[in-house]
Amino acid sequence: MHRDPVDVLIIGAGASGAAVAWSLAETKMHILCLEQGGWMNPADYPSTGRDWEAKFYGDWSTSPNVRGRPEDYPINDDNSPIKVVNFNAVGGSTVMYTAHWPRLHPSDFKVKTLDGVADDWPIDYDALTPFFEENDRMMGVSGLSGDPLSPLTHPPMPPQPLGLSGPLIGKAMNKLGWHWWPSDTTVATMDYEGRARCINLGHCTPACAQGAKASTDITYWPHAIRAGVEIKTHCRVREILTNEHGMASGVVYYDKDGVEQFQPAEVVIIACNGVGTPRLLLNSVSGRFPNGLANSSGLVGKNLMFHPYAQIYGFVQEPTDSNRAPPTCLWSKEFYDTDLSRGFVRGYGIQFGRGAGPVFEAVASEQKGILPWGADHHHVFRRLNGHRLAVSAICEDLPEEHNRVTLDPVLKDSHGIPAPKIDYTISENSRKMMEHGLARGREILEAAGATDICTNSPIPWGGWHLLGTARMGTDPARSVVNEWGRSHDVKNLFIVDGSVFVTSGGVNPTSTIQAIALYVADQMKQRLANLFD
Amino acid sequence: MSAETLTQTQRDDLRTIAAMIIPESAEYKVPGADDRAIQADILATLGRDTEPVRAALDHLARLAGKPLAELDTAQRDQVAKEFRATGGVPAATLVRVVLQCYYRDDRVLRSLGYELRAPFPKGHTLQQGDWSLLDHVRARGGSLRRAP
Repeated sequence: MHRDPVDVLIIGAGASGAAVAWSLAETKMHILCLEQGGWMNPADYPSTGRDWEAKFYGDWSTSPNVRGRPEDYPINDDNSPIKVVNFNAVGGSTVMYTAHWPRLHPSDFKVKTLDGVADDWPIDYDALTPFFEENDRMMGVSGLSGDPLSPLTHPPMPPQPLGLSGPLIGKAMNKLGWHWWPSDTTVATMDYEGRARCINLGHCTPACAQGAKASTDITYWPHAIRAGVEIKTHCRVREILTNEHGMASGVVYYDKDGVEQFQPAEVVIIACNGVGTPRLLLNSVSGRFPNGLANSSGLVGKNLMFHPYAQIYGFVQEPTDSNRAPPTCLWSKEFYDTDLSRGFVRGYGIQFGRGAGPVFEAVASEQKGILPWGADHHHVFRRLNGHRLAVSAICEDLPEEHNRVTLDPVLKDSHGIPAPKIDYTISENSRKMMEHGLARGREILEAAGATDICTNSPIPWGGWHLLGTARMGTDPARSVVNEWGRSHDVKNLFIVDGSVFVTSGGVNPTSTIQAIALYVADQMKQRLANLFD
Repeated sequence: MSAETLTQTQRDDLRTIAAMIIPESAEYKVPGADDRAIQADILATLGRDTEPVRAALDHLARLAGKPLAELDTAQRDQVAKEFRATGGVPAATLVRVVLQCYYRDDRVLRSLGYELRAPFPKGHTLQQGDWSLLDHVRARGGSLRRAP
């Protein structure tokens, strides 16, 4: 069926797709978003049931390969020590994330100039500042302004309580003389814009039944839809087509009934994350674009960055918050900036974990060999359960072309579309950074009095942050999109997700991804009269 | 998923290995993981774990050579040790299934001090904690690395 063209077609309704849709809505253009997932029903979220923890190992796994919902697509990540995790629905992976909300630092945009590695971004922090602020208001951020080692933020809500775990970590960090601060998070600590305040369900990552955690299905999308944006769910885009002028003409997708459709569009915006976006571009081959769309540089899919997580945890005598609080509440930037005496360039943020629920504790501790079988099981479990503290170093991953997303020659999704294949290795620089993070983490835990210390390095199911696979830049030979998100090759094609990152910083990227999406939308609005010049 | 998912022999071995993982405790007044209700929960909710659990039980049967319960204690312990060391993902799945069903049993949760309810809608209360701890950080100060 041939449909009427839309002015703007957005592919993906997650973090960046929602932000760009909302921002462009004020133009009153006809905007359509196609999303492969559906609307989620909070009544179905795990924390509404007694078996809330068990669901994390099945239907609510962070891994699409384990979860295997019809809305998911498989990913061949056998050749990567870090496995891709994501969620496919309206809201995307903001439905299933920890809500930790740091921003990239100003220095993260100038790594070549400052440290002589990778590349500088074509934009700087100041260009994004108003969009960080706007995004924090839209997503609803809680936190404490005034962190001396983080960019200045103005969270509209107060920070999460420190609880039981926070002071244990704070005392340890003070003993060591190291920086720590309450995290900015997208957990509402008061009623905010129709969202109820956090009541500490504890199981934040696999979706918040209370609606206190910001996901774009309950933040941006209601506003965007009221402003006229149309969204079609369970529509999976197969490829972007181009016309005789080399412009994107629309997309071929499968509708909710699995029927192939063509949707023409004047502008196409891709918001499918750092794996989904290169997959779509590489699947969009034609005579004019034989190596995939927007790929004259050959860089589509290359420079994949994950953020290797080096996690270390232990058990203190005092009770911790366990499953009775959001999982994260504090960060540290003590080791964020380059200090070459450490043996590596760049650095890492630290994210502290408050604890875990009983099933997770039993499963994880048994696997690590610290929870025995037999008669000793009960008293050891009672010593471990409710006493866990965790330290995770989020290591800056530098771009390397051999870390990449390609198309798997065999694996396909339920519509027969070739699936992504990941080839990724952890660099020597990152390994040294991870070792440093583990060593400092051990010092922190020991200062807190922790014993039975264990590590996960890298966290194998830790591929949350999918970055760099369609990088931005001013040189068409060295980048996929320009400094305002437009493809160098296809002048009505834009990318707004984490693919455009030039470097990764050492923090969770969603805040920055959304700020970039708002920035690109603003650039588009300023150039509507000559958008394709 | 019905109990017929596993053969009677496999169910017997599952019950035996579950008791080895978590035996009954009079001290804490909790059942073992071989408890009838917990075993029923395991069998009823195997779902997507059925195949790996079946593979794990096949592996266990090969190691034991006969029903696990018929081995003496020392032999059983040796088989269990080898099972955990060589069983890979299927063995880990079996152990996880036992643990996740055990640690949602009412008697066990009550013994651990948990309320018998889902997290939502009541949630939990979180104390503010000592915010004066941040005074050290403020006093120490610091500054962001400058970007050109």
